[in-house]
Amino acid sequence: MSSDITMPIPVIPRDAVIDIRDVQKVYKTGSLEVAALRGVSLRIEEGEYVAIMGPSGSGKSTLMHILGCLDVATSGTYVLAGENVSDLSETELAVIRNQRIGFVFQQFNLLPSLSAWRNVELPLCYAGVPRAHRRARAVEVLERVGLGDRIMHRPSELSGGQQSRVALARALVNSPAMILADEPTGALDTAATADVLSVFDDLNQAGNTVVLITHEEDVAAAAKRTVRLRDGLIESDTLGRLAGVLPS
Amino acid sequence: MSWIETFRTSLDAIRSHRLRSGLTMLGILIGIAAVILTVGLGEGAQVQVASAINSLGTNLLVISPGSTTTSGVRGGLGSAATLTVNDADALSSHTVAPDIAAVAPSTSKSSALAVGTTNWTTSVVGTTPAWLSVRARSLSEGRFLTASDVSSEAAVTVLGATTAQELFGFADPVGRTVTIGTTPFTVVGLLASAGTSSAQNEDDQAIVPISTAADRLFGGTSRTSVQSIYVEAASSDSLSAAYQEADQELLNLHHISTPTSADFSIASQESLLTTATSVDKTLTVLLGGIAGISLLVGGIGVMNIMLVSVTERIREIGLRKAIGANPTVIRRQFLVEAALLGLAGGILGALLGIVGALVLPHLISTTITVSPTATIGAIVVAICIGMAFGVYPASRAARLAPIDALRSE
Repeated sequence: MSSDITMPIPVIPRDAVIDIRDVQKVYKTGSLEVAALRGVSLRIEEGEYVAIMGPSGSGKSTLMHILGCLDVATSGTYVLAGENVSDLSETELAVIRNQRIGFVFQQFNLLPSLSAWRNVELPLCYAGVPRAHRRARAVEVLERVGLGDRIMHRPSELSGGQQSRVALARALVNSPAMILADEPTGALDTAATADVLSVFDDLNQAGNTVVLITHEEDVAAAAKRTVRLRDGLIESDTLGRLAGVLPS
Repeated sequence: MSWIETFRTSLDAIRSHRLRSGLTMLGILIGIAAVILTVGLGEGAQVQVASAINSLGTNLLVISPGSTTTSGVRGGLGSAATLTVNDADALSSHTVAPDIAAVAPSTSKSSALAVGTTNWTTSVVGTTPAWLSVRARSLSEGRFLTASDVSSEAAVTVLGATTAQELFGFADPVGRTVTIGTTPFTVVGLLASAGTSSAQNEDDQAIVPISTAADRLFGGTSRTSVQSIYVEAASSDSLSAAYQEADQELLNLHHISTPTSADFSIASQESLLTTATSVDKTLTVLLGGIAGISLLVGGIGVMNIMLVSVTERIREIGLRKAIGANPTVIRRQFLVEAALLGLAGGILGALLGIVGALVLPHLISTTITVSPTATIGAIVVAICIGMAFGVYPASRAARLAPIDALRSE
């Protein structure tokens, strides 16, 4: 480091999975404008396990939708795994969601008429993977989350914990850059919660980037880093390097 | 996502909502069955009428006398006695009318026939030997009238099958005597059965020589005049030529210079057919129209159910979008679903229509002709209806924003 540099230079390593800068999101309902996010900057690196917390109305769901490319920011930039996705069309965003992001929803959103492996193979269908490969891959991922003996079961024949594992397997099947989970334990009891959190933990140990949105402290405690939102702004970040590294 | 994959997904969706899919199909099914049955009914009626008219004789022209006008009251066709045996003789000349194969003048009158104590009133037809071929009839027994019967005014008669049965029961009538009016006639032959035309029972008549009829049965002013002249053209191709020749010759014979004031009229088999079938066609169009409306209602049913389906499956659509389905894929899935519903409804409707066409004739004694073209056409129409009414629901589904779809409960 040379002596004429007085300010710290933002260093952006290549292995950043999420890099959002000054993201704002304004909802318009008639003449009423609601700012859900008022300038959020966040960097998440590969292999991190981050919990995003905040009371309802803090903007955490909005942030999750933007991170998941389900919605686009009103202003600001979003670079996902090295690709700027701020101004992509709906069709291009569909490809990003398919290839880069693995979703786990609060209600799991499994299709009730399909068996576990058919649910898991869905993202591969939209990716255009041949049928024979899809089945092999779906079974492989189901085995990884410990459901190798349940591949033909329908969601209604599975417990809550098992359903969440199917949802996890579906999120993993396309080898995404990150797993984005929205209140994944919201519909589970304590035992199932511990069960699912251990799977997240295993996945993170194996090198997967995990971002989960939650309002439960004990769930957030499982993560290595906690980002708290309040009124559309980041209130605190346990990494503590937000102000120094990333100018907002 | 490939087309095969889209079809599989759509089939899954149809199968997992069996009741709803079944009810949706029902609308299309009934519409298609109705179209096939009504069109088949109309075509069946046309075939029936055409065969009835053709049974009157092929290549046939019928010449009728013109109308009388008495104190301004016009009597209608056939009321005047303007056609004579001479007219018929003139038309049978091959130099005058080379395209005319045979000519049979005829007069008829209702008369009482008696055998012993049994009597029966029927139509007695006075005509010439040519009648048999001109009217495309055949004999089941005995002989027909001969030229010498006509020239000698012989008291012989040929009976229709029904007439013979009414008078003689099942006994053989040939050689027996039947009294027509007050004159005894010898039965020389029996006509083979020809069925009933729309105008009269062709099996219930007694044929006698025209000369005998004029002088010994009918008498009066009708001695030389005839009620109609049947003309047989040499072939179906020369029918219009025969028409022209007959028309021209009769105008000359009757000294008429303007065709519009002709005192006779000529009807062809074709014109009879055209009139009769055009009535049936109108009926077919009317019934087909009603069936078409029911098909339209079926299509609106598809749209309605598809819209309900989109609303009901809003979370599924949201999820599919979240994991990578783009709007085109979603639109395609719902379109294929609607088209499959149409196809299934169309095929089932066609089957129902065909079953109906096989069963109904036994119940209402009518002919239903199911044409393969109409059946395939109906199925194609059913698919198109499914697609057309599926477009709007499909684009609604494609336009849904993934988060709105996921959020909804």
